[in-house]
Amino acid sequence: MIAENFNYDAPSTLEEAIALLHQYGDDAKILAGGHSLVPMMKLRFASPTHLIDINNIPGLSYIKEEDGLLKIGAMTKEVEVEESEIIKNKYHIFGDATKLIADPQVRNFGTLGGNLAHGDAANDHPAVMFALGASVEITGNQGKRTVPIDEFFHGFYMTAVQHGEVLTEIQIPAASGNYGSAYHKAERKVGDYATAGVAAMVQIGADGRCTKVGIGLTNVNSVPMRASRSEEALLGSDLSEAVINQAAQYASEDCNPSADLRGDEDYKRHLVKVITKRMLNLAISRAKNQG
Amino acid sequence: MIKCKTSKEIGGMGHSKKRKEDARFIQGKGNYVDDIKLPGMLYMDIVRSPYAYAKIKSIDATKALEIPGVIAVVTGKDLEKYNLHWMPTLMSDTQMVLPTDTVMYQSQEVAAVIATDRYVARDGKEAVVVDYEPMKPLMDPFKAMDEEAPVLRPDKEGKTDNHIWHWEVGDKEKTADIFNSADVVVKQQMHIPRIHVASIETCGCVAAYDKVENHLTMYMTTQAPHAIRTVIALVAGHVGLTEEKIRVISPDIGGGFGGKVPVYPGYVIAIAVSFLTGAPIKWIEDRSENLQADSFARDYHITAEMAGTSDGKIQATRFKVLADHGYTDASANPSKFPTGLFSIGTGSYDYGAAYMEADAVYTNKPPGGVAYRCSFRVTEAVHAIERMTDMFAKKVGKDPAQLRMENFIKKEQFPWASPTGWSYDSGDYHAGLKLAMDTVGYDELRKEQLELRKEGKLMGIGISTFTEVVGAGPAKDFDILGIKMFDSAEIRVHPTGKAIARFGTKSQGQGHETTYAQIIAEELGIPMEHIQIEEGDTDTAPYGLGTYASRSTPTAGAAAAMAARKLRDKAKKIAAHLMEVSEQDLEWEPGKFFVKGAPEKSKTIQEIVFAAYTNHPEGMEGGFEATHYYDPPNLTFPSGAYICIVDVDPDTCDIKVRRFVAIDDCGNIINPMIVQGQVHGGLTQGIAPAMYEELIYDEAGNILNGTFMDYLVPTAVESPSWETGHTVTPAPHHPIGAKGVGESPTVGAPPAIVNAIVDAVHHLGIDHLEIPVTPFKLYKALKAKGYFGDNA
Amino acid sequence: MKKNITFKVNGTEHSVEVEPRELLIHVIREKISMTGSHIGCDTSSCGACTILVDGKSAKSCTLLAVQANGKEITTVEGLATAEGLHPIQEGFHLNHALHCGFCTPGMMMRAIEMLEKNPNPTEEEIRWGIAGNLCRCTGYNNIVKAIQWASAKMQDKELPSTEPEFV
Repeated sequence: MIAENFNYDAPSTLEEAIALLHQYGDDAKILAGGHSLVPMMKLRFASPTHLIDINNIPGLSYIKEEDGLLKIGAMTKEVEVEESEIIKNKYHIFGDATKLIADPQVRNFGTLGGNLAHGDAANDHPAVMFALGASVEITGNQGKRTVPIDEFFHGFYMTAVQHGEVLTEIQIPAASGNYGSAYHKAERKVGDYATAGVAAMVQIGADGRCTKVGIGLTNVNSVPMRASRSEEALLGSDLSEAVINQAAQYASEDCNPSADLRGDEDYKRHLVKVITKRMLNLAISRAKNQG
Repeated sequence: MIKCKTSKEIGGMGHSKKRKEDARFIQGKGNYVDDIKLPGMLYMDIVRSPYAYAKIKSIDATKALEIPGVIAVVTGKDLEKYNLHWMPTLMSDTQMVLPTDTVMYQSQEVAAVIATDRYVARDGKEAVVVDYEPMKPLMDPFKAMDEEAPVLRPDKEGKTDNHIWHWEVGDKEKTADIFNSADVVVKQQMHIPRIHVASIETCGCVAAYDKVENHLTMYMTTQAPHAIRTVIALVAGHVGLTEEKIRVISPDIGGGFGGKVPVYPGYVIAIAVSFLTGAPIKWIEDRSENLQADSFARDYHITAEMAGTSDGKIQATRFKVLADHGYTDASANPSKFPTGLFSIGTGSYDYGAAYMEADAVYTNKPPGGVAYRCSFRVTEAVHAIERMTDMFAKKVGKDPAQLRMENFIKKEQFPWASPTGWSYDSGDYHAGLKLAMDTVGYDELRKEQLELRKEGKLMGIGISTFTEVVGAGPAKDFDILGIKMFDSAEIRVHPTGKAIARFGTKSQGQGHETTYAQIIAEELGIPMEHIQIEEGDTDTAPYGLGTYASRSTPTAGAAAAMAARKLRDKAKKIAAHLMEVSEQDLEWEPGKFFVKGAPEKSKTIQEIVFAAYTNHPEGMEGGFEATHYYDPPNLTFPSGAYICIVDVDPDTCDIKVRRFVAIDDCGNIINPMIVQGQVHGGLTQGIAPAMYEELIYDEAGNILNGTFMDYLVPTAVESPSWETGHTVTPAPHHPIGAKGVGESPTVGAPPAIVNAIVDAVHHLGIDHLEIPVTPFKLYKALKAKGYFGDNA
Repeated sequence: MKKNITFKVNGTEHSVEVEPRELLIHVIREKISMTGSHIGCDTSSCGACTILVDGKSAKSCTLLAVQANGKEITTVEGLATAEGLHPIQEGFHLNHALHCGFCTPGMMMRAIEMLEKNPNPTEEEIRWGIAGNLCRCTGYNNIVKAIQWASAKMQDKELPSTEPEFV
């Protein structure tokens, strides 16, 4: 499998990269980890005429807590997320998710920003970002702008990143209090795209009530989605089994899966229900052990 | 523990010698076909059909030929000029090399692009414009058998339907009588799905024709180099390429499993182009091409029935098969066995009546099917009998282990004449199953299962006690395109007592360089480290039919022992001459002849060999060489008892193999380490079709999972930690008592796994599940039984 | 359109001219003539092409050669030294962790990085650690054993038996 020919640039500053994007127009693509793009190019599903490799631009890879936010540079590799102490201690959802993304070699190169900017509802991080209430920082030649995750995904392989822009940072409200998060996807074999996946985050107040909640779903809608009705049911509740069951039921009703080799619509809704329940319970038990 | 007759230094049979071939593989010095680079070599890529069934209206190569570096575009019309556009299959059917007017399956070869490198060849392939007129494909083999179905192969003279052949065996009436009067009959329709060997190395070749010498050197991924040479000579003899002008070299092979037995169109096109251009042509498949176009395996639709008494005695079985062969029968079976050795399907059980019949049919799918790690359709047969045995046990309310114990052929009944005509050579089925049950802790597990069930947890225990039939085979019955299925060994011992031995087989990972050396070491007492093994070069090795169907040890392994025994007879004569005693006074112990009653008087094999070159008796031929072509008197019948434990997640329907115990009986063991390794590997290739793999087509003829993204080869995570063991019942007719082992686990594992999964959910109303049993499939089955209630 | 790139392969510097679309695996196999790393698929699924790029295990079928500019690459050919085999090579040989040998180089390269990060992996961690490498022959049991053996050897611990546990 061999890609069509293209031109390649590896600028060393963001400004240069953005200038090149403007110069080359629509046929240019950014090469981040390349582990989604290069396979598509090999199969000739994608044939950009220019590739702009942003791996040589310093300062796009970091994980830090600052201004009440967990900030992750867009070029941070999955493996760096997996191994980060901050994340291991407080944001368990990333450990759950990264372990299930492709395989270790792919995670050595695949980036968090790339996973989001690819705009694929089958990817795992979009659901995680919904659960955590993330925003995404996008840089263009007008400077930076921040887009809430709810406004980020526009369609199949389409996101808020416009031509001439680069996704540069992911911003997540920092964990505080009794905060727990979890992710799981059903997959046909390790490294597969999700048959259905659920990301959940909860924060529990001193009175045992849910003070914050987020639920994102993987690969059960044409674009990554938030399970809003489930969240509403949980927020302010006592997180009883009945409420969790109700939330899981809502998620299974509100998603919109399509039949494929992984399963039919009914099976996927069933999985969403089962996994939502499990991930909420896991997030709750983690929340209780935190803080 | 296995007893060894030879010392560790000699390293004969029974020693777990580390493999001699490893050194090159662990250091990146293996020599696979894509590693071969010849001066002036050109690359070939193949344009393939996006349609399953279509007329080719035109092929326009203009744009492709404009690309710098594209040398030629070859079509069926070009090959037709040399009468090379069709070729025979191993089953005497016909297969297109390149089509002249019609494509018969998606991804079929349509044209070949020859270029200076593989990147340019790919660009050329994309630039070839083919105009198709798509037609409605026939994908369902049952519909293809309908009288009104369109005829797919009008090229075959007089063909008025899609039926390829009918086959039957057994006593139809006697079987019917038993079924009519039996207490209990169980019946199940099952599909053994179309799968792919998916060796990690795909297929490929470098065809290097030398115009000056009129000589073809064909480097190719083949499990049967000698047979391939003959086939090439038969196909291309009319253009002057006769057999002595063809050298087939099978270099290191990255896994074969039966998929590298057939001749694929790509090989033939490469030869044709090399013949015409005089340049070496390299063709290496992509993985997608490999999965989508190379021979599939299995694809048997079986209606299986078993009759028996209400107290659990099996009395008769009846199997009816519809075999989907795709657009041509490109199976790799012995000529007289269109269903291969499917008739082994009466299994390990003592009963007297069976009837089996099969019909094969054309559809718009890729041709096949190969014997994927299976001695010709044994996997299909074993799945049917082992599933039926379990269904019968459930029906009569007996524990499946108990029922098997009560129905096994007893060890004193061997040789045992099966109702379908086989003579089972030996076996001890009771001992195998008992060892498996003890190892796994069967009774405790049954108790645990009851406890778990009370808590709503789903756990299942599955058994498979299979009999294999391998080592084809006796020349009177077995041939491939008329060539008898013997195999060969040639041993040449050098004056200093070191040896080289050459074989007609070809290892693809089985470790022949080690095990053959051990067989010769056993017989001659020469340390195995000093016995060099060579295979895969038709210019040097003796003729043989190749490695597949677990036949290498039963045939070539026996040939090695027999050739070595010829040498030992000669050695005895030389020893007698050297010690000036009569042959009758000599006794052999591994490595030397000594005088009976005077063990201090002896000659080592090394001294004897040296004398064969320096001081041999008058009248004796000099040198120390022997060749043997071994024609086995019978096949061998390896057996096994496998027990699988699964846990099923009652909500997601995820299935986890908790434990899997495999007890194999492959007769005498040459190298326990290698035997165990073969079993491990075969077991993972058993869980694959049981739970993960299947080639899936839609009604329009599109393959839906033609890459490794969706064709789910198990990783180390899906593959459980296998537990293995063995019993030993030597093959009585085999020179070293060995039976062959490579395929037993692939054959035996799937029914053990499925029996376990069905056992986990049987109390919920499920009697049968089709493989691969995925969580999705299990969910649907449980849901249909109301297990998830209404609001799932 | 072609680019000149320079990288080190097993300690030796190479400068080659490549098209941007050329895959690293093709350049290593065909321009550097090191054929120990293999190609087993076209979807980044099989791991036969795994090498180390600046010490990180990488599927070289999914990297463009131009991306390797300035990098240090290690392939299977770079494992053995004058002192002998790398412990992972020894481990694979002694534990019969290879049959056809085709996946072996990639499998070993992946194992090396895994052991570097986690010198004492559990069986579960090993299985997940090599989940990006397909082996069709061995059933993985002995690959797990080989990696455990190499782990012990690399830390001068007592070496596990390499005899087959065949009941």
